[in-house]
Amino acid sequence: MTRSPGAARLLRRALHAPEAGRSNALPAGAWWLWALGLATAASRTTNPLLLGLLVGVAGYVVAARRTDAPWARSYGAFIKLGLFVVALRLLFSVFLGSQIPGSHTVLTLPEVPLPDWAQGVRIGGRVTAEQLVFSLYDGMKLAALLICVGAANSLANPARLLKSLPGALYEVGVAVVVAMTFAPNMVADVVRLRTARRLRGRPTGGVKAVAQIGLPVLEGALERSVAVAASMDARGYGRTAQVPPAVRHTTNVLTLGGLLGVCAGTYGLLAAQGAVYGLPVLLAGLVAAMAGLRLGGRRSVRTRYRPDRWGVRAWLVAGSGAVVAAAMIRAGSVDPEALHPGVVPLTAPVLPLWPAAAVLVGLLPALVAPVPPSARRFEEHDRRSDDHRGKEQA
Amino acid sequence: MIRFEQVSVRYDGTDRPTLSGVDLAVPEGELVLLVGPSGVGKSTLLGTVSGLVPHFTGGVLSGRVTVGGRDTRTHKPRELADLVGTVGQDPLAHFVTDTVEDELAYGMESLGLAPDVMRRRVEETLDLLGLAELRDRPIATLSGGQQQRVAIGSVLTPHPKVLVLDEPTSALDPAAAEEVLAVLQRLVHDLGTTVLMAEHRLERVVQYADQVVLLPAPGAAPVMGAPAEIMAISPVRPPVAELGLLAGWDPLPLSVRDARRGAGELRARLATAEPPAPPGAPANVSVAPPETSVDVDVNVDVNPSVAPAPVSTGPRPGRIARLLGRKGSAEAAPAPATDPVTRVESLSVRRGRIEALRRVTLTVAPGETVALMGRNGAGKSTLLGALVGMVEPTSGSVRVGGLAPARTDPRTMIRRVGLVPQEPRDLLYADTVAAECAAADRDAGAAEGTCRALVSELLPGVEDATHPRDLSEGQRLALALALVLTARPPLLLLDEPTRGLDYAAKGRLVGVLRSLAAEGHAIVLATHDVELAAELAHRVVILADGEVVADGLTGRVVVSSPAFAPQTAKILAPQEWLTVSQVRGALEAGA
Repeated sequence: MTRSPGAARLLRRALHAPEAGRSNALPAGAWWLWALGLATAASRTTNPLLLGLLVGVAGYVVAARRTDAPWARSYGAFIKLGLFVVALRLLFSVFLGSQIPGSHTVLTLPEVPLPDWAQGVRIGGRVTAEQLVFSLYDGMKLAALLICVGAANSLANPARLLKSLPGALYEVGVAVVVAMTFAPNMVADVVRLRTARRLRGRPTGGVKAVAQIGLPVLEGALERSVAVAASMDARGYGRTAQVPPAVRHTTNVLTLGGLLGVCAGTYGLLAAQGAVYGLPVLLAGLVAAMAGLRLGGRRSVRTRYRPDRWGVRAWLVAGSGAVVAAAMIRAGSVDPEALHPGVVPLTAPVLPLWPAAAVLVGLLPALVAPVPPSARRFEEHDRRSDDHRGKEQA
Repeated sequence: MIRFEQVSVRYDGTDRPTLSGVDLAVPEGELVLLVGPSGVGKSTLLGTVSGLVPHFTGGVLSGRVTVGGRDTRTHKPRELADLVGTVGQDPLAHFVTDTVEDELAYGMESLGLAPDVMRRRVEETLDLLGLAELRDRPIATLSGGQQQRVAIGSVLTPHPKVLVLDEPTSALDPAAAEEVLAVLQRLVHDLGTTVLMAEHRLERVVQYADQVVLLPAPGAAPVMGAPAEIMAISPVRPPVAELGLLAGWDPLPLSVRDARRGAGELRARLATAEPPAPPGAPANVSVAPPETSVDVDVNVDVNPSVAPAPVSTGPRPGRIARLLGRKGSAEAAPAPATDPVTRVESLSVRRGRIEALRRVTLTVAPGETVALMGRNGAGKSTLLGALVGMVEPTSGSVRVGGLAPARTDPRTMIRRVGLVPQEPRDLLYADTVAAECAAADRDAGAAEGTCRALVSELLPGVEDATHPRDLSEGQRLALALALVLTARPPLLLLDEPTRGLDYAAKGRLVGVLRSLAAEGHAIVLATHDVELAAELAHRVVILADGEVVADGLTGRVVVSSPAFAPQTAKILAPQEWLTVSQVRGALEAGA
């Protein structure tokens, strides 16, 4: 209550997120930075309480800000994948044993005798509580990473992400976008053709069914891609500007040279003796390659329609992810025990207070990101236009 | 604006040119309609304007096509993109991006227009085409009419001088087709755009055309002229023109409005004739059990009184006699069963959260033809799917020949019910007609050669070695129909059978379906084609939002509806004539 009421109202208004539209849409990159921040944080800890908190934060933001678009439904699939990873990790640990020494035996499986040369590999045998807890923590870490990536995937429009590629890579982006719209079409084709088999009195399942509809599905996909190619051609795809030969040659030299530099620099960094020149060569290569791409963009006459803008909200979203990552890295050096609760001897994990508070910063997007319009609104639109049509007919 | 000089096109591997001797000039700001039977090269002619023929499709183009002074031979399609906008037959194959707004901007981005210009034009186009409310929607979630409007909008934003459209309304329901045509009207009248369009459904478009180009036969030189003149000599013409020719009106009317003005005399001549009956209404509808819905009861009441009528008004007495003779036996056979082939009772189907069908009740008796109508997405295809067993009912029951289709083995089911899907190609797997037939005989457990005999009957002159892909739309439909009929199902379902068919192919289909109905097959068609429903159906069922909103005799349901009435009914209202052939029959009987 130290602030004046006016400032409080201003703050509330600023925090009250507007409805999402084309003009205030968050750039896909901001969502990815936020999610990668959370993922970095998850990779720094095995504390199940912190990991749970991270997953909860990501899940809350997804629930609050995702749209009805097809890609937004992928979040559930990522959660299932995460649970599968945890289960798999536990399963491996039970059957293949683990290096973790432990004293609390949970159960003993019959051990498969292995020859001498397979020393260090064990199948079956004693399963300890320590080893199970260790694999559980480890699996949870992986699952949390996956779920953070899933969150970005369901919040950011992949087509928009590709649109932010530099102009010279534009063709690649279009190819990927077209391919992405093809996958659902092909799935629909498979379903349609499988049900059509029923009309000929053939069973719809089985390997034979799949083999028989494979060719028509591929044929359909091929025909569709030819049709899309014709449409793109007729709409001006691939129109190029005249570029002086000097610029063209410079582009080639810069791009090739830059890529070579990147390779050499990376090798230098990884090899033992080249660390001195590695970094500068890598950086120089990167700069040259970027310049080449930029020059290459001159050949294309394309312009961009309403590119996403980095506004204050985008900075806040990306920044909140960065804060979470930075806080967790810092906590890792200050208080490593809290982030990696011990398994030998078994101790109950404690929730370190200030890293947990820092993770909660990741909730910021649920406040500041624009709210997607609800699905119900769309349905109302439809109904209204249908009513309208009905009236015209009457 | 567009000039063709002695243009001919020949594709590789064909012995004669697809187009030849095309010598035309399309003036600026005209709406020019391209008509002709299937396979005469309409799409090829359209392709030469956008440069896709020959740059994209291959083939050899001789002569010269210039658009706005640019020669399409020296300019690739992408270099004509600012001048010509092209929309193909399938709007879904046209889209490059995933949302409406991006799609509208795509062409302008490729041309490199300035961002502020793009923004302004997108807003203008959204308003022009009534798409403003859909601007953020993913394209895949739009209805057919909306998609077609987005496709047209996406080529309009670069402000082309010429718009080329291949069958823009064929796949649409009547209301959506009107939406699209209204937009085209506006472009021609307000913006002076030149529109060149091919369309099979002439009854929808011919009244809007300034000029008509007729391609009479493959490789024949085109004829261009005023719509009324061309319709008088065209092998394809809409019912309104057909009726005009029959009545000897001059000039030939092209719209219902024109025809009504001159129709007073014809109405007077017809007033003394018998009121028309639905074509060949089966006498055995009365076997419908008493517990069916009220709508069907109306049907049962009305039927006996009108059933004898076709004898007096039918076009060909010989055929009707045969039809009735056959029916005598057909009536005798199912009578002891006293069970109509098909009964659907308060059927509901849910897909996810969407209720595709809600408490639908329907009875179809042997020998009866029922047309299912309603806008895209009303549940017509779902109902057919439930009848054939592809869709499991959520509640309610479906009985086809006493069996529940979704729970019966497909091999048993094909002897009870057959469906020709919207895309007949879905049924074809083999690479020759003969192999397809042999497979169908095996699937159906029919005697060898059964299917081939059917194919020869429905599709004379098709060789064994032909690849199904090389058949025309109409031929492919006939082949699919033969495959389905091999198992002799008493109930036959067709989903949108006239999509892409010209009037001649449609006429053949009508003949085939009539004789099947006469043999005692029950037929259910889902269709947008009001003329087809008027020709064939005894009963029309209208679905809206998954519910049955009308079910009754074709004449009763269709005449009173502005969207579903055929042109003849609109012209001769309040008299209940549905088709030109009924009128012709009545006039001949009176003469």
